[in-house]
This record gives sequence, C-alpha cells and structure tokens, in this order.
Amino acid sequence: MGLTLQGKVVIAGKAQGSALVSRDPLSFWGGYDWKTGEIIDRRHPLSGFIAKGRVLALPFTRGSSTTTAVLLEAIRAGTAPAAILTTDIDFFFALASVVADELYAAPLPLVVLTEEDFATLKTDDTVEVLSNGEVNIQR
Amino acid sequence: MPLTLSTRDQEMLHGAHGEAAKIAMTIVTRMAEVSGAKELLDITGAHIDSTVYIGDAGLEFAERLARLGAKVAVPTSLNVSGLDEHHWKEWAVPSDWARQAYRQMVAYQSMGTVPTWTCAPYQTEMRPSFGQQVAWGESNAIVFANSVIGARTERYPDLFDICCAITARAPAIGLHLTENRAGQLIFRLQDIPTVLQQSDDFYPVLGHFIGKHTLDKIPIIDGLTVIPNEDHLKSFGAAAASSGGVALFHMVGITPEAQTLEAALQGNHPTQIIDIPLNQLRESRRELTHTNSTELHMVVLGSPHFSLAEFKRLAPMLRGKRKHPDVKFLVTSSRAMTQLAQKAGYLGDLESFGAQITVDTCILTSPMLPETIQNLMTNSAKFAYYTPGLLNKKIAFGSLQDCVNSAVAGRILRDESLWA
Repeated sequence: MGLTLQGKVVIAGKAQGSALVSRDPLSFWGGYDWKTGEIIDRRHPLSGFIAKGRVLALPFTRGSSTTTAVLLEAIRAGTAPAAILTTDIDFFFALASVVADELYAAPLPLVVLTEEDFATLKTDDTVEVLSNGEVNIQR
Repeated sequence: MPLTLSTRDQEMLHGAHGEAAKIAMTIVTRMAEVSGAKELLDITGAHIDSTVYIGDAGLEFAERLARLGAKVAVPTSLNVSGLDEHHWKEWAVPSDWARQAYRQMVAYQSMGTVPTWTCAPYQTEMRPSFGQQVAWGESNAIVFANSVIGARTERYPDLFDICCAITARAPAIGLHLTENRAGQLIFRLQDIPTVLQQSDDFYPVLGHFIGKHTLDKIPIIDGLTVIPNEDHLKSFGAAAASSGGVALFHMVGITPEAQTLEAALQGNHPTQIIDIPLNQLRESRRELTHTNSTELHMVVLGSPHFSLAEFKRLAPMLRGKRKHPDVKFLVTSSRAMTQLAQKAGYLGDLESFGAQITVDTCILTSPMLPETIQNLMTNSAKFAYYTPGLLNKKIAFGSLQDCVNSAVAGRILRDESLWA
C-alpha cells in the first residue's frame, strides 16, 4: 500500500529509509548513542533500536540542551538517522542540521507533519522524504 | 513575513565584523528563519552549554570559531566542562579523552568568556536580573533563569548559545516575548502534608511528575502551603527539564511572574487542570529509582552543582560520622562555590566524613566512574533520570539525609515515613 503525505520543510533534503516511530519525545543526550546510533534511553519505547540510516519519527525532543551536540556528532560519524519527522518545528534538531550544513555541507533532512499524518506512520514502513516536504510511504 | 535584519546584523552576515561573527550570524539568522522570527533582539548575557565535550564535531566547531578569533560581545558564563582540570587523574578518565575535553575548554575560554564552569550559573555573580534578555543553554539553568528569576531566554541548545553570545543577538521568539510566557496547564496539589512539602526530596519528585505530564508546555503549580527555598526550586526545575522539556514554570505566590494565578495565566484559560494526589507523587518517586537491590557503591550529590547553602546544610549531617569504607561519597560543584564553602568552614566535616569533591564537571559529562562502581544513589532527580542511559549504571533516589545514612550504612536506606 502506498501513501503520500505533504509535510512542511524545516531543512530540505532527500532521504529514504525504514521508519522508526514513537509518540514519546526523546532527549538525544542520554537517549542516543552517537557512536552506534542506538536509542539508549531505557525509559523510552524505542530503547535498543538502532536509528542509524532510518527515518526517525518523534513528536519533538525533550530535556537536555545537549541534544543538538549529540545529533551533530552522529551526523559527522555517519550514525544519524537518514531524516527526522516531527509534529512541530524542533529547534534542537534543526540547529544540528544547520551546523552540519555549515561545517560539513551535510544537512539532515527535517520535515514537520500534522498530528494526523504523523499518526499514520508505522515502524518498518518504507519512507521516502523529498526536498519539497513530500513523504512517500510504502508498507 | 520574512526576517528583518538591522544594519549591524547585515554587516555581520556579510563578514564586516570578522569571519567568526559571520558564521555565528549565519547560524542565528538561519535558525531565526526556521523558527519563524520576524526580527532579532539584543541580549545582554549568555550561558554556554557547548563547553561539554561530546565528540570531535563539537570540538571542531569550537576550535574553528576560536581560530577565526571569535569573541563574545556580552558577559558570558560557561557551563560544566568535561574535565575537573586538576583532579581528573584520580578517576577513570582516559587521558586521550581528557586531552580533547581540555582543548574544548581552552577554545571557549579564548573567546573572552568567564570560566565559571558550572551548570548553576544563576548562583554565581553572573546571575541575570528580572526581565533581562539573555541566551542561555543548559536545561536546568534555562528553567531557573526564566522561572525563578524572571529573566528571558528560549530553550537554547548547545552550539547556538555561543552564536548568540558572539553576535549579542537572538531570534525574537518564544519565551523572549511576554505573550508566550503565560502558564498553560494548572497543576493543583491536593492534601499534600506540609511536613512533606518541607522535605528536600519533595521538590525533585514533584518536578519529575510535572515534567512528565507537561512535556514542552508552561505549567502553573498551585496549592503549595510552604515557601520553597532557592535550592528546592533548583531541584524542581532540573527535574521538570529532564522528564519533560519545561523551560518556564510558574508557582503561584512564589515565582515573580505568578503573584496570582490570574497573573500567571495572563488572562487566558488553562488548557487543562490536573490534580496531583499524594499517591501519584509516590509513583513518581518510585520511578526515579532504577534498581531492585540495596547494594551501594557511591553516593553522588550536586546535580545541579551544589550551592553554598547546600554545603551548609550537608556539613552538620556529616559531623562526627564516617562513611562506610566501601562506599564513595561525591559532591560536584563549581570551583568558586567550593572555595566559598572552604572559607565558610563547611568542608572540614566533608573531609572527616570521607567525602570527595569534584569541581567544574559532572559525572554525566565526564567518563570518570570506574567499572567497579555500578550502584549509585543520589538526591537529584536529574541524575536519577539520566544515569541509566548515559552511564548504564543502577541508581536509587533519596533525600539528602537518606543519602548520608546510606553512605554510613554501606547500603541503600530510605526513610519512607514522610511518603507513607
């Protein structure tokens, strides 16, 4: 089954990957191991999953202001998600992507979906993110 | 509506104020556009969380700015570093890691900042004033500055704080603006015994609960029957900014923008009113403990960094006692606060008890704990929240007195009577 969602571009870019979805926000500091791409917040439903190369869908970040620094390390180390989908513009994710663009010319695609569209996403969907904010889903 | 920039902003963006200011202004303006700001505003202070060494990307960013001659344009304090410069060798910090963390300290110090090296800058002379526009990083510092002091900062991440400090500008968004500071949710305490509200472990537990149920909204807390002290509010905010994304809270009759409930709401209707009965707080307290055993290797205090008042409170609890030989007892603080505590005569009791002090850093940001230490105890909800994920160790939460009693006994002891 195919489905196309129109999201709002925060940082434009193309990406493809298998979806990893949670409705629970996550702090990357203490929540994301940038050396491996594993989600390590033991209180989070995605604990133990490897997000490297996947399309990560989280409503927004929580807690620590170090989330940006951890995501930037992951982008540099090649352990970041392929793209991140949120339900609101997340300043912390966006900054990591902007700085990665300025330092390494490697921005991470970020797209905002409405709550309703976000709710249609399922882990293991095959997701393609386009530069215009279009999100194509195959399951 | 597009972003309007001042003449000086545009000069910076085009490199007229140097290459470092150009990078900083590029990042500030790109983020202002992402967040829908119409303009930038002047800030008159900054607190830099980017000092925490995470890896090579953050170090490259810092050293690139430093090499290009970056200088801060406003009084700027520095958050914890990755290293206790003088004592790291007493712990398990790998020396190559220490070298990198030290390089990051040097880079940020070279920018004309004040080397406060603390996550509690609001308890130093760099404390901002009511209404002051600042750009602060570090979640516990942000929530304290906004809520307890009434200074104004957005929840700024690492790497952005320094860009604001270099340009003296920040996007005119979010909590910088009065209309965005109104409380949204009301939490009402219901029949919580006053004696429990006077206990120091009540505030981190309440903060943990409220953060979890508020997420990124602005909570109003109503119904406290005691006036919490500054360290209570500090532990409350740190907890709420860990379990949720709380950057501003109002406590009716206590915090400066909440003289009344109506003032805190700015005339709006709350989106939700949530009653907090005692049994829900008991559940929150249980959540902060991530172990089933009473085994104890180390007690850690000082997240956020211990204040002078906390040293003063701790000292008599330790007097005439000695910790169990198999348990370490660590207090983390800033070097300035530790020197004040020394001068005030509070450290003698810590020494004779067998306590250790680490300054300028934090067990969560420095790889200082050896493998032999697996079971920790703390009075901080923030430590309790992050320890399982960041350090992969077991943690128990208790009051300050519980922590002291456990360190003496050599196993985790908690007084349940107040929570019964």
